[in-house]
Amino acid sequence: MLTLLAQLTIGAANLVAAFLFLFGLKRMSSPATAASGIRLAGIGMVAAVLASFLYVLNIDDSVKPYLLMNITLALLALAIGGVGAWLAGRKVAMTAMPQMVAIYNGMGGGAAGAIAAVELFGNNAHDASQLIVTLLGALIGAISMSGSVIAWAKLQGIINKPLRIKSQQIINGVVFLAAIAVAGWIVFVTLSGADPLLSIASWTYIFFAIALIFGILMTLPIGGADMPVVISIYNAFTGLAVGLEGFVLGNPALMIAGMVVGAAGLLLTLLMAKAMNRSVANVLFTNFGDIVKAKHG
Amino acid sequence: MSFDFTITGFVALYIFMLAGFAGWVIIGNVPAILHTPLMSGSNFIHGIVVVGGLYTLINASTTQEQVIGFFAVLLGAGNAAGGYAVTDRMLAMFKSSEPASKPHRSHASKKKH
Repeated sequence: MLTLLAQLTIGAANLVAAFLFLFGLKRMSSPATAASGIRLAGIGMVAAVLASFLYVLNIDDSVKPYLLMNITLALLALAIGGVGAWLAGRKVAMTAMPQMVAIYNGMGGGAAGAIAAVELFGNNAHDASQLIVTLLGALIGAISMSGSVIAWAKLQGIINKPLRIKSQQIINGVVFLAAIAVAGWIVFVTLSGADPLLSIASWTYIFFAIALIFGILMTLPIGGADMPVVISIYNAFTGLAVGLEGFVLGNPALMIAGMVVGAAGLLLTLLMAKAMNRSVANVLFTNFGDIVKAKHG
Repeated sequence: MSFDFTITGFVALYIFMLAGFAGWVIIGNVPAILHTPLMSGSNFIHGIVVVGGLYTLINASTTQEQVIGFFAVLLGAGNAAGGYAVTDRMLAMFKSSEPASKPHRSHASKKKH
């Protein structure tokens, strides 16, 4: 009875959260109501987070010896991550906002990647589609994380110059294909039970490493002036990753919020690029931002 | 008796499709001045990933899962809390009826002489 009540409460809280996210985003898209929009979305977030502690009433027997430690860790992580980021966000200068958005976005991508990592290491996927979605979310989340960190470093002035090497696009392409190939290999050996050469866990580490490297390589050649568009792309990426991991966990709130942000972020990216009279492909692949920067300097 | 809240198969694809469409339509016609605040606001919304992290951490049954789950919650909480703080500050500038809540802001335009 108690577990049923817990499930109902979690379900209701997630439904309310999903509604408030949509409604809040709608209000945020008009200057007159924008300030109230974020408040509504915030209420939804608090409700969903509080309700998620009810998961403790519905756990597997094998988890019980770890439960106390898990709850302690959860509270600790919420306190450190939440309070730390809150204070940083309150203190930062208005001009430094874009890089703060980048770093928070990277954190979200990292969280999605971490969820995927637990699923992959625990071998939790039940079928091919779940495994593929987990890997896809992991790939997008990891790219978004390392890419956002580079975007932050560029706006913060830690990396000053766009870093380019010869035939950068080809190297990036090869690294990306390598990530896809490792993911394909993981799917193949998991499903067929063939000898994986290395253990599947090692392949998972390799997969994450390549995905993170690709995010770095993809962002390094892009000039600082183009960073807002790039951050917007990674914002959409993180949303997509969150939506996919929501599917893996069977959590509708994550699915809806993630996919809404994925689509909204994509449209925002296109609008921002259009406002600069550029196409997104132009931003990502032609290194034009450097020229803009050179003109100003 | 138990309720199954998970969404699988084609129902999941429908949810994804409708949610994606909703996100696209909601953002349509947004004025350029709101591009950055909206990016920040949607950045906050995908902070919901913290709930997924909490689910993962609470159900952790090995040390490895605890460690990775801890970081999932840590990063997700940072995304949500930081995203809110930053967005709230950006959007505070759009408030129409708030002339004197922050009187000495450095970039207030007081160049009358």
